[in-house]
This record gives sequence, structure tokens and C-alpha cells, in this order.
Amino acid sequence: MSLTRRALLRGGAAAAALPVLTACGESEVVIKEVEVERVVTVTVTRPPSEAQPLVIYSGRSESLVDPIIQQFRSMSGLDVQVKYAGTPALAATLLEEGDASPADVFFAQDPGGLGAVESMLSPLPEELLSRVPAWARSPQGLWAGISGRARVVVYNTDRLSPADLPDDLWGFTDSSWRGRLGWPPTNASFQTMVTGMRAVWGDDRTREWLDAMHANEIGIYPKNTPIVAATGAGEIDGGLVNHYYLHRFLAEEGESFAARNYHLPGGGPGSLVMVAGAGILGTAANRPAAEQFVDFLLSTVGQQYFASTTHEYPLVEGVKASRILTPLADINKPAIALSDLADLQGTQAMLREAGILP
Amino acid sequence: MVSIARVMRVAAPGGPIGRLGRWTHAPPALWVPALVVGLLLALPLVYLVIRTAGAGDDAWALLFRWRTVMILLRTVALVVTVTVASVLIAVPVAWLTVRSNLPWPRFWSVVAALPLVIPSFVAGLVVQVALGPRGMLQQALEPILGVTELPSIYGFPGAALTLTLLSYPYVLLPAQSSLRRQDPLLEDASRSLGHGRRATLRRVTLPMLGPAVGAGSLLVALYTLTDFGAVSLLRYETFTWAIFVQFESAFDRGVAAALSLVLVALAAAILAVEAVARGRARYHGVGPGAMAEPRRILLGRWMAPALALMAALGAVALIGPMGVLAYWVGRGLAGGQELISVWEPLLNSVLVAALAAIAAAVASLPVAALVVRYPSRFAWVIERATYTGFALPGLVVAISLVFFAVNLARPLYQTLFLLIMAYVVLFFPAMLAAVRTALAQVRPNVEDAARTLGRSPIATLVQVTLPLIWPGIASGIGLVFLLTMKELPATLILGPIGFKTLATATWSAASEAFFARAAMSALLIVLAAGVPLLLLRLRMGRATPAATPPVRQ
Repeated sequence: MSLTRRALLRGGAAAAALPVLTACGESEVVIKEVEVERVVTVTVTRPPSEAQPLVIYSGRSESLVDPIIQQFRSMSGLDVQVKYAGTPALAATLLEEGDASPADVFFAQDPGGLGAVESMLSPLPEELLSRVPAWARSPQGLWAGISGRARVVVYNTDRLSPADLPDDLWGFTDSSWRGRLGWPPTNASFQTMVTGMRAVWGDDRTREWLDAMHANEIGIYPKNTPIVAATGAGEIDGGLVNHYYLHRFLAEEGESFAARNYHLPGGGPGSLVMVAGAGILGTAANRPAAEQFVDFLLSTVGQQYFASTTHEYPLVEGVKASRILTPLADINKPAIALSDLADLQGTQAMLREAGILP
Repeated sequence: MVSIARVMRVAAPGGPIGRLGRWTHAPPALWVPALVVGLLLALPLVYLVIRTAGAGDDAWALLFRWRTVMILLRTVALVVTVTVASVLIAVPVAWLTVRSNLPWPRFWSVVAALPLVIPSFVAGLVVQVALGPRGMLQQALEPILGVTELPSIYGFPGAALTLTLLSYPYVLLPAQSSLRRQDPLLEDASRSLGHGRRATLRRVTLPMLGPAVGAGSLLVALYTLTDFGAVSLLRYETFTWAIFVQFESAFDRGVAAALSLVLVALAAAILAVEAVARGRARYHGVGPGAMAEPRRILLGRWMAPALALMAALGAVALIGPMGVLAYWVGRGLAGGQELISVWEPLLNSVLVAALAAIAAAVASLPVAALVVRYPSRFAWVIERATYTGFALPGLVVAISLVFFAVNLARPLYQTLFLLIMAYVVLFFPAMLAAVRTALAQVRPNVEDAARTLGRSPIATLVQVTLPLIWPGIASGIGLVFLLTMKELPATLILGPIGFKTLATATWSAASEAFFARAAMSALLIVLAAGVPLLLLRLRMGRATPAATPPVRQ
């Protein structure tokens, strides 16, 4: 099945509206967005036999992305099958499957997962890549970021106010923070942040910071959610996490949940913005549908979904982030090229040397 | 000595089969299926050797470090503590529910067995939320006693507590079925030889429990060795945690495989300890004997403490976790959370759990018969090989089966068949432990008698041996059913695309902090596992009616 899109979802901040299939011919599908007065035309050419399903391996949790995949299913009329598991487990599975992999698309939680299987991906069309900024896509064009997440400090609001928090990550090496914080050293986003430190500060300074934090008895947690939970409960005063977990807890436990996010005003690696992304396998049996899916994720509708439902930052220009988030433009992002964030191995070796990883 | 094994030999084509026959005096109809089961179950080991061979120098540098030794020691400390604690809980509870006049024994049996079904990542989360420094317990104590913070449960105490509560049923179930099958005449003999009730308990009843407790302890030890969910959430670094870190951060399959092989070596050491403990003792009577309902001993003034003990166990191991889960569901509903439909995952969970339990039961029969009736080095090797899957983290087993299916059995990949096979690989030892101990308590001459009386070999198997070992098979089926209900990594990786179970639904929700949804699915796992467990207990109760009156103390 091949697909071209014309006059595609251009301009204006569209409200998050379900696309409604109003006509479905052999060669033309008209999608009308209900709330926005605008008609979009998509040309679809269907080959006579098209039983091949689209197979997505999703390292992003079903509870987060199932609604948008359902929406794609009903919009495209395709048979979409999804395997959900953790990003590392899926990357390991893909590596074992090799050429025999049934997967068409790998939708990963972090660039590290995509990087692990980079040799199995084939470049995305320029038209898709160019929709996201250069910092949010693979330098070789093998995958594109779908949504952005910022590194933040989550802090307990009963114990601290933003005035008590330092300007940058070095502030936490002060002995007054001893035993009061948590971090997730096995987490891919955390390791990417450390890789960012190495790019900006150099290896020696980074090692110095890691040792200082370690000596300051920062608690080791398996991932972001337990840190946000422990912060809200007052078990620790704060932690280094991605921004969007807080909003899940607020939805689950209400506004009284005693934690909020803090963006380090001094910038640096502690304010890094990273992406979750998707790539298409070189062996994809259903490449047109795979491209259609990535295209959909990078459409206004797809981007609106991530902005409003998972509270991540949309990456396509023109789509606004949720109002409750600090605007991307107000975050003091460090200037780090994505290619500088590639050396995860070096970062892991450093974390091991520091005794932070086994 | 006639046995299932000899029964099978008659049914099989005659003639010597190759050289292997020299390693065992068991008939081919027995050792061939046993060998096939052993080889299939050892597949993950083959994979690990292949991947380790391909590992670079980095892998070896990583392996031979002081840190590795430290993590090994931490792991051993946890394994020993959890195993000892599990035996200390399980043996008294087994005795109380089977051999005393404790009221509602079946109710208590089901309550005491249920913690087994709670996925360890859920248990870790619940313990953290309930007993954390500022968890629910602290919140409850603060207004009364002014406690502002509880001592930290993170690290060793939390991990040991959680894993003990999750895994003592591994000892409880075989111990109960062993007690149920014990020949009461042995105790009568002890009493008639002048031993008092306590001496009989100490010198006959408890030693007879040896194989069951040993087999169960082995499962507890291996479960603790390979758990990831609980140790990661309670922040105690074990060897399995180190393996997951490799998968999680490095994607270096060589290092992960090399570390997994170390884990296998550790498991082999644990198996050796169990083998030494088991020794060469026999656990069936030699005289004519008869199967009779074990006598129940009146507790008298010990009734109140016994009931208190059972209630405390029920509260800590079951009511507590259920309460936390129910609270999450209630809070979510009150906050307008949408709960997801759970019918499809529920049906899938029950289906695969039942299929896996049956498949494991069938596969365990030849191995158990070989091990019990024809002990030899060959039988020993096969039995040890079947522990491979249980001694490895689920993720490692799943990835290894991906490797074999993709390269050798492509049409099976991501089918229900392969998933069921993965469950058998993972949980076979739980089944084998139950069946083996049951078979060890059946005197071979009972089968001889059936043959002498003109029963065909098959009829002997179906009419004599299987009914005698049925309590063991049933407890094995129950165990594998419960374990499959909560299995996560293999289900995620090997399930047909889009296949959802209650465990995957729970994980998917919990990992993104959708606590209400996660709790809903987790509660259903416990309910869905509890119903068959209850039915199994009721059936067993009917099969052996309480014919003998209790003995007065």
C-alpha cells in the first residue's frame, strides 16, 4: 500500500479532535476534523491484496499509547498489531530475531533503545524527518523523535519551595543535601543526561559530580516512578527524573499530591530535553503502512495526543504543549548535539567505575 | 521392582536403543521421553553458552571483579534468609492445616497459599507503599503514637520480607500434600514402641517431611535467586538485578549471558546442597501398610495461639496486600479514573495457566518415574537439567527461546504453543518436586500387586499409581497454574502479538503509575487463581473423607 498526503494538516493550533472518516473510496479518503473547520485530503492507493498487518513493537507502555494506536487503526482501516514490552527487552528480542523479525516499526521509550538496533533500521523519508527539529532525530535519519521529555528535579512541596532549590546540578553536591535525594542510574534517560554532562563538562568534571553525589548518599531507585512516589510521600525530598511522571501521579492521587517539578534555571545537562522515538525496520514487510503510522504520530492529531494525554512536549512546530507544562522555550536547554549523546557505553563504564552501577 | 517405568516398557517397542541404554537400566519407553523433556528444558543453557562464547574481553573484565563477588555474597545472604524463613513459616502452617483440628482447614490452606500468585513487582510496590518510611502504616500510626517516620525497609529487610511472603507457599504446598499422604501406621508404630506424641512428631512425622520440604526449599531458593521485581523496587542489589542492568542499559548480550551462566552455577551449587541433604533415604514404608486418613491431633489449649498465628499470616500475606490494592481501585474510582476492560486478559490468563499446568504435569511423569524408580547418574543429569529455566530470570529464558524459535522453528514463533512451552521450561521444577515426592512415597510393591492380580501395565498406571500420586500431581498443577498466572517477561516477549494477560495488563498500568488500573488487574489475578485453588482443595477433601476420628491429646 502506498500513501501520499497532500495539504496535510497544515498551520494553526488545532484542537485535539478525532478525525472522522467521511468518505472512503478506492483512491481517496477524506478526513474531516470536527472541531476545526478544515478539510484534509489524503490519497491512498490500495493494492488488490493487502492482508499483511502492520506490526509495531512498542517499548512505550500500552496504557500510554494504546488510545492513539486505536485512533490510527480506525483512521487507516489497517490491521495494526502491537507487541508491548520494555524497550530494553524489545531491543534484545529484535537483535535475536534479526532478519526474521515480524516487526515493521519499533516505537521506543528512548534513543538508547533505538540506537541498540540502529543496524536493523532503514532511513525514514526526508519528509517525515524534517518535521521534527534536528536535535530530536537520528543524525543518520534512522529514527525520528515523536515526543519530548525534559529532565527536571521533582521536589516535595511540604519540605521545600523552589527558593530552596539550587540553580544547577552542582548545588546538590552540597553536604546539606546528604541522604535527601534519589536518582535512577539504570534508567536510559538518566544515563543520557550523564552523557550530556560529559559532552558539556568533560569526563573529569562529570566523574567529580558523580562521586560527589554518590558520597552525598543519593538513593538508588530502579526507575522514575518510584522516585516520584517516594518524593510525594516525603520519603525523600526530591529526585532527578523526567518531567511527565508527575502528571500521572497528579491524575491518580489528585492535586494534593505533595510533589512538583523544578526546571533548573541555571540550565546545563540537568535541563536536557530528550525524546521517545520511532524507527522502521529494514526488513519491514509492510513499509508503506509503517511510514503511514510514523506520519500519523507526527501529524497534528498525533502530536496533540502526546501533548494533552501523556503531558509530553510535542515536537512538530505549530502544536502547542499542555498549558500546565513549562513551555519548552522557557527551559534553559543545553546546546548538545544528538551525536554527542551517543556514547552510552562510555557513560556506563564511568557509572560502574564510580560504583553506581554493578 | 515394578513401577510406572516397567509399565511403560511393556507398552513400548522392544529392542535396545543405542548406547544411551547403557547409562540407565530404565526401559527406553521411560528414558527416551525423559531425555526429550530434559533436552528441551536445557535449551536456555545452550543459548547462554553460544552467546557467552561470542562475548568480548569486556565481558570477562566485567565478570572478574571484586564487585561481582560482593553481589554474589549479597545474593547468597538473601537466598539463605528467605529459604530458612519460608521453612519456618510453612512447616507449622502445613502441620496445623493437615494434622490438627484447626477449624476451617481448607479455608486456611487456600488463604496461606494465595500469596504465591501476587506478581513480585506488585508485592514490591505494595510493601513500599504500605511499610515505607512514610507509607500507609506510618500514616496510620502518626495520629496515635506520633510516629513521623518508620525505619527504612529498603535493602535487605524489605527484600527478605517481601520474598519470604511471596515464596513460603513453595514449601507449604508440597509439605501439606506430603503430610496428607503419610502412612499413619508409621506413627502408630512409633507410638507403640513407646515414643510420646512429641517424640513421634520429631522422629517420624517431621523427618518424613524431609523430601517435600527440601524440594520446596529448593524452589524458594531459586525463586529468590531469579527475582527481579521485588529486589529492584526494594532496592537490594542481587545478581539477577545485575543481569537486568546489562539488558537495560548496555544491550550487551554477551555480558548478560556470561552473568546468567554465573547464576546457573550458583543454582547448581544450591541443587548440590539439596541433593546432599536428601541423601539416599527411602520415604515409604516397607511393610504391607494401608493408605488411611492421617489422624488429626486436637490442639487443646494451643488452639488460640494457632488461630492467632494463622490469622496473622493471613493478614500480613494476603489481607494487607489486597487492602492496598482495593484502596487504589477505590481511590481511582473516586477520582474518576477509567478502568479498562479485563475480560479478555482474564480469559487469556486462565487459558494459558491451565494449559501450562497440564503440559507440565504430563512432561513431569517420565522424569519423575526415572528419577524415583531408576536412580542413576543419567537420571540425575536429566533431573538437574530440568531446573535450568527455574534458575534463570524469565527474561533470559524468553530471549533464549526467541533465538531457538527464530532459527529452528520459525512457524512456532510467537504462537501460543511456544508460550506454553516457555512456561513449562520456567516452572517445570515446581511440578517435578510435587510429583517426585508423591511417587517416592508410593511403595513399588503396590504396583507389583496390581500386576499380579492381572491388571495390564496401563491399567496399573491409571488405576493404581496415578490415584496414589494424585495429591502430588494436583498440588503441582496448582503451583504451575498460579506461577503462570503471574508470569510477565516470557508472556510479553513470546506471546502472540497483541496477546494480553492479567499480569501484562497489571505491569502495563503499574509501570506508568496507573495504580487504579494496575490494582484492578492484580486483584483479579488473585481471585482467578483463588477459585481453582479452592476447588482443588475441596476435591481433595472429598477424595479422602475424614474416616478416622481425631486422637485425643
